Amino acid sequence: MRFDLQIIASWIEPGSKVLDLGCGEGDLLHFLKKNKQVVGAGIECVEAKVAHCIARGLSVLQGDMNEEVLAYDDDVFDYVILSQTLQQVYEPAKLIQSMLRIGKKGIVSFPNFSHWGIRLQLLIKGHAPITKELPYEWYNTPNIRVITIKDFRRFSRKVGFSILKEVAINSDHHDRQGHIVRFLPNLRATYGIFLIGK
Amino acid sequence: MSEYIEHDKNGVSVGLVEKKFFTFAEPPDELVLESGSKLGPITIAYETYGTLDADKSNVVLILHALSGDSHVAGYYSVDDPKPGWWDIMVGPGKGIDTNKYFVVCSNILGSCMGSTGPSSINPKTNKQYGLDFPVVTIGDMVVAQKALMDHLGIKKILSVVGGSIGGMQVLEWCVRYPEMVVSAIPLATTTRHSALAIAFNEVARQAIIADPNWNNGDYYSGPKPNLGLAVARMIGHITYLSDESMRLKFGRRLQDKSDFSFNFDADFQVESYLRYQGTKFVERFDANSFLYITKAADYFDLENQHGSGSTAKAFSKARAKFLVVSFTSDWLYPTYQSKAMVQAMKKVGLDVSFCEIEAEWGHDAFLLPNERLSALVKGFLERVHSEIRE
Repeated sequence: MRFDLQIIASWIEPGSKVLDLGCGEGDLLHFLKKNKQVVGAGIECVEAKVAHCIARGLSVLQGDMNEEVLAYDDDVFDYVILSQTLQQVYEPAKLIQSMLRIGKKGIVSFPNFSHWGIRLQLLIKGHAPITKELPYEWYNTPNIRVITIKDFRRFSRKVGFSILKEVAINSDHHDRQGHIVRFLPNLRATYGIFLIGK
Repeated sequence: MSEYIEHDKNGVSVGLVEKKFFTFAEPPDELVLESGSKLGPITIAYETYGTLDADKSNVVLILHALSGDSHVAGYYSVDDPKPGWWDIMVGPGKGIDTNKYFVVCSNILGSCMGSTGPSSINPKTNKQYGLDFPVVTIGDMVVAQKALMDHLGIKKILSVVGGSIGGMQVLEWCVRYPEMVVSAIPLATTTRHSALAIAFNEVARQAIIADPNWNNGDYYSGPKPNLGLAVARMIGHITYLSDESMRLKFGRRLQDKSDFSFNFDADFQVESYLRYQGTKFVERFDANSFLYITKAADYFDLENQHGSGSTAKAFSKARAKFLVVSFTSDWLYPTYQSKAMVQAMKKVGLDVSFCEIEAEWGHDAFLLPNERLSALVKGFLERVHSEIRE
């Protein structure tokens, strides 16, 4: 499992109810179900991925996460997870508010755009940065937002939610392993992971 | 809805199967129908495949659509030319694995494939019921299926599975007998017919009614309303396909000719196909049953019948875990209808999975070989089966 998902999994209390937005092929949900006895649900927009999840025994809905979060009742989940997708969301404040309406806590992770590698690319080469975390050209990227760890903290104050825990990480080439960055995270970490509450 | 589709014969079949019958509601204990009318005795034709576990926890109940029957899979004899209507899905190692599950399918009340319907003999007159047969509802069909389950000693159903009108019965099961249904797979279905769906059914019914041989439903001793029923089936087939599937399958190609005939013969392949489907259908189906079953489908309205107008309220009665599946090109029960039921299920906290399968073959897609659908059903059943045993 991806290193950032390992961190997220470690934050989740056993036996809780979890909703994973953009759950992909369900690696995190599968892990949580097996190892933490979690009651999990996922939302994913790609049919093949949804089918893969259901075929492996997960409860997953095909749909647009921005719309799908609206139909749930208040506080039905213990955690609502948005991993590596915030940078693709059109209305981030609205989505995060929905997450914290239907869930008691939220977990958000995203690629950190102020990593020194990105800064250097822009500074020295002068073109839109391309990294392994954000591997697209400006004209074909699904990532419409550039977010930094620092910006997310500021965003939390502006939107009015609290950050309960945060970790910055660097992951290796295959994202399977990594380490936590404690010194100058906004400059040195490739991803930020935040546990948020109301 | 057009159950008998040619399909591959490569998969392993469940083998030889037998149609059985169960009779209940003998007078004076007739069944009181939703309309208030009484009906009895009622015979239900059914088939079972696989072995019932000692704790009876592996029952899968399959519910068929308009023209189906109890013969889901397998063959009646060694020289039977074709298997049951969902042999691609039901059998050893298939989506609904008969090595693991005890599969039951019964013919619906009002049909003509062995269960009591308008072509059955009315014990009061010793003649076929015809229009004396009371109008039955999806709810009545489900009550009859419940009586069969009681007869078989089954108290919990691992999964109720069905597409189209079969899917309506799935939904009805979930809200009518919630304590019995562990999980449910409604495929290509709706909580209630749109005006479009009712309109097509009404044109089909009018085609039968306009056939002079129909004779107010009293035709069992004379010529049958074959033309009317054939036209009704032709209309049905249009709704089971899609613009895209008809374009791919027929386009404007001509049937066995290079130019127009300049008369009203079947020039186009699509005309020839529809005529063939129509004529083939009258050999096996009763026109009155067609009227009764389409009416039951039109009357079905889960939100009004179980939720005072609210879909969420209706589903708040259900306890099942759901797998809802729709198909992109289904214009009879389009995806938005499946999505609406999924939203209602979410609202009331039900465990629901939903997948819209990309398929060009329209409403009929659920009956065609589809690896994705088989994998979804298989994985979902394995999950609920393992959860029930935990």
